[in-house]
Amino acid sequence: MEDYELFDENTKAFIYGTQQRAAQRMLDFDFMSQRDEPSVAGFITPAGGGYYQLFWGTKEIRLPRYTSVEEAVKAHPEADVMVNFASERSSAESTMDALEADSIRTVIMIAEGVPQRDVRKIAKIAKEKNKWIIGPATVGGIKPGAFKIGNAAGTMQNIKDTKLYRRGSVGFVSVSGGLSNEGYNIVARNTDGIYEGYAVGGDVYPASTLIDHLLRFEKNPNIKMMVSLGEVGGKDEYEIVEAIKAGKITKPLVMWVTGTCAEMLPGGVQFGHAGAKADSKADTAKAKNNALKEVGVVVPESFDDYGEKIKETFQKLKKEGKIEPIDEPTPPHIPMDYKQAVAENLVRKPTNFISTICDETGEVHNYCGEPIDEVIKKGYGLGGVIGLLWFKKDIPQYARDFIELVLQIVADHGPAVSGAHNTIVTARAGKSLIESIISGIVTIGPRFGGAVNGAAKHFTWGLENDMEPREFVSAMKKKNVRIQGIGHRIHSVDNPDVRVELMIGFARKHFPKTPLLDFALSVQGITTMKKNTLILNVDGCIGVLFVDMLKNLGYTDDKIKEMVDMGFFNAFFIIGRTIGFMGHYFDQKRLQAGLYRHPWDDILYDVPDKPEKVK
Amino acid sequence: MAQKGIREYDAKRMMVKALPEYSDGAFSLEAKQVIIGPETDLEKLVKENPWLKTEKLVAKPDQLFGKRGKNNLLYVNKSWNEVKKWINERMNKEVTIKQTTGETTGMLTNFLVEQFVPHDDEYYLAITTHRDKDTIHFSTKGGVDIEEVWDTVVTLDIPILSTIDDVNIEGFLPDELGDKKKKVADFITALYKMIVDYHIVYLELNPFTFVDNTIVPLDTVAKVDDYALYQCAEKWGDLKFPSPFGLLKTPEEEHISKLDERTGASLKLTVLNPKGRIWNLVAGGGASVIYADTVADLGFSGELANYGEYSGNPTTELTYEYTKTVLDLMTREKDSKGKPKFLIVGGGIANFTDVAKTFTGIIQAIEEYADKLKKTNVKIYVRRGGPNYKEGLQNMKNMGKKIGLPIEVYGPETHMTRIVSMALKGKEVN
Repeated sequence: MEDYELFDENTKAFIYGTQQRAAQRMLDFDFMSQRDEPSVAGFITPAGGGYYQLFWGTKEIRLPRYTSVEEAVKAHPEADVMVNFASERSSAESTMDALEADSIRTVIMIAEGVPQRDVRKIAKIAKEKNKWIIGPATVGGIKPGAFKIGNAAGTMQNIKDTKLYRRGSVGFVSVSGGLSNEGYNIVARNTDGIYEGYAVGGDVYPASTLIDHLLRFEKNPNIKMMVSLGEVGGKDEYEIVEAIKAGKITKPLVMWVTGTCAEMLPGGVQFGHAGAKADSKADTAKAKNNALKEVGVVVPESFDDYGEKIKETFQKLKKEGKIEPIDEPTPPHIPMDYKQAVAENLVRKPTNFISTICDETGEVHNYCGEPIDEVIKKGYGLGGVIGLLWFKKDIPQYARDFIELVLQIVADHGPAVSGAHNTIVTARAGKSLIESIISGIVTIGPRFGGAVNGAAKHFTWGLENDMEPREFVSAMKKKNVRIQGIGHRIHSVDNPDVRVELMIGFARKHFPKTPLLDFALSVQGITTMKKNTLILNVDGCIGVLFVDMLKNLGYTDDKIKEMVDMGFFNAFFIIGRTIGFMGHYFDQKRLQAGLYRHPWDDILYDVPDKPEKVK
Repeated sequence: MAQKGIREYDAKRMMVKALPEYSDGAFSLEAKQVIIGPETDLEKLVKENPWLKTEKLVAKPDQLFGKRGKNNLLYVNKSWNEVKKWINERMNKEVTIKQTTGETTGMLTNFLVEQFVPHDDEYYLAITTHRDKDTIHFSTKGGVDIEEVWDTVVTLDIPILSTIDDVNIEGFLPDELGDKKKKVADFITALYKMIVDYHIVYLELNPFTFVDNTIVPLDTVAKVDDYALYQCAEKWGDLKFPSPFGLLKTPEEEHISKLDERTGASLKLTVLNPKGRIWNLVAGGGASVIYADTVADLGFSGELANYGEYSGNPTTELTYEYTKTVLDLMTREKDSKGKPKFLIVGGGIANFTDVAKTFTGIIQAIEEYADKLKKTNVKIYVRRGGPNYKEGLQNMKNMGKKIGLPIEVYGPETHMTRIVSMALKGKEVN
């Protein structure tokens, strides 16, 4: 490769940063340009090594990740370019690392906001080492058919439309990266296309300037004419004037300096670019355009004639026989990324999942259509949120309060019950929070805590079938099924359970009607005649009151049955009791309780002398 | 953006902090200065700075403009009561400042009050920064318009990759400094080290003087590279970047700059001539400049109503708000001569911004303003390229049909600014 070239079709580059999409765009360009191999050798990602998966056409390939410039250049001494996507805070440092690596010749600094003094030093060091920096604050640039820097030149469609997959005869360099696509478009429509195109970046001191690239273009015999787009502010364009005067630039140059309107704007208006501000008369766009025109640069009257001037200049060269015809290649098709195809309504696919309770894809996450900030502002409370996410309904205040009441009542029932016991034993075995509470939760079922669901089921069955309480009790007895939610270890008719009384009191006061509770209490009237402790217990009370709540909320009996079958009612017990399990876990950790070992004297060892032999 | 002017107060505050550090204690400045804004509690200020009542004082506006003496805005060798009265008479008043670049009118809102220092010698010192070097400028004839005595200024370049300790400062200073030469050299060295570490891109002391063998800066101008904020947050302390003097924002401009601050996207609006007929609604910083240029270059600068841009992929809500603000301004009244107005919805070929998406907000706003646009005889021209541009342009055409508004729509096949010459000069598409 000649020293006036920065890239060719064998150029290999590192991507500094995690920009997989930019790398994919480079690979797609490579593929379209019919390069033999991808132009990306690998990534430099200080946070970690490994691989990134990218596409080469339709085939998926792996590209390595390295954690330092040093490591990367050791593995790929053939790579002489680094596209530096590091943030403005670390761009200078990583660029310095690359300048120190012998095998890297060109670094493109993408970040905007790198301190000037740092860039000035980098620019000088690069020049002394005979290396190239493009940027900072640039999208980069492109050498058609050979190498594309990161996100330069936009979409594949744009690359195709402006024929950037093959080389033309025009060298293009602009200050602005945002306008480079437009520049390529204008050149493509008025000439045989771009040979090379770069944006040096809008900083006050871009590390390489317009003149640096124009001088390279001048030396390159494949470039027949040059097109440039300057900007108000700074004096870099005067270097072009001087170079032309000194005979260092002889090829036709069409150029326009933007910002002629700056003088009519009030004093301090700064355009988007850091460098785009005139501090003296010589910095103005008008002064620069005039100076360029005076030394023979083709300067249009306004940007509106820019394209026509380029066309005229190119046609003149063509007439002079200086332009060789291009053998137009047919670029291979690049598969579109699925995301892009979706954005353009070109494809569709069935989804694998459905969510009807919430949506986190909008600006604010919502619960059943209610944005979370509204949930807080409107005071839904925990009960209201459960209403939204479990019932998919904005339930009335009494229902929210009842749910919260239940959660408080079931939150804990001492360390001796199976769930809490398991949690404690697991915590003491040194396991984590999640492991400990899971071991507690798995004990919840038909025997522990599960009576809520069972009671709901049993009593509903009785009420649905219009049974008299006595009839119901004997029917259950005939089936040999214990009525769930009836009976307590200690409490009795004379010594009622305050928790049950609380819930019944709440329901009587707030529920519009309580048909199942009424039924259950009349059943209790029968059972307590048999035994004083066969009262409606906490689980039973919760079960029947939830059914009543749902009836009040307008659920049909079928729907309620479906919910019971889903284990809906147990859910309140699980979520409430988990609070207690976690309490026990934290308690054990704070106590630094050691591994629990069950005492021998609490175990009956009744092991046979020898196993029974089976033939 | 990059080079930003700072208040004299802040520049001196930095010197007070940095000079002892960079001169191994050889120089120290007294921090006898305060800044007074419209909200400053003067009672409290005096309590915290008792020297205000005992010293003779200097007062001057501190709002990024120079030539304060020539504009009668320098109040020297006065008591605190006199200074209070002087400031009170000027606070929140509009003044017109004459400078070498022309006249600027703006509101006085910030005054620097410092100890008055009687002195004889007045020296000029400036440090400027350039691509390959920093340059130190020095003259023993400070305190005046330095351009008038420019031949007395000596300069010394410090290449970007060298350090000040390698440079013979004394050697470049004029001999007439006599026995003060070493002291000035040491002062310059310390100051230079400070501007490097503090990322100051321009510093001018005009003048500074000697009092009892100590250096005192009298008038100071400085600019810093605000890109270096992340390196200099502690060094700079509480540093605010005031708007340039004379930039009074209209409510609409204020509204847009608030929206701009709220997001990562960029929204800019400057109203140049509210009666202008040509309103630009252009995507991208570079393109927006070119559209404004072209209006002026085609000879219609008097008709150019605004400069503005939206870029950085703003949300639909933001582009809607932005468009609404522009449309509201342009449809307030008909052109006095009954000529048509033009809305230029322009832009280059976007890299990755979804054109159809950004157009959604613009279309919403135009539909909302349809009646007003018709009443004020507005014609709309659109030109844009980039991802999804075909859909975006089609949506624009459909909108025009739906609301019955004249609209012309073009893509990348049409030169970027052609819609400007078509609107203004009836130029053909190609």
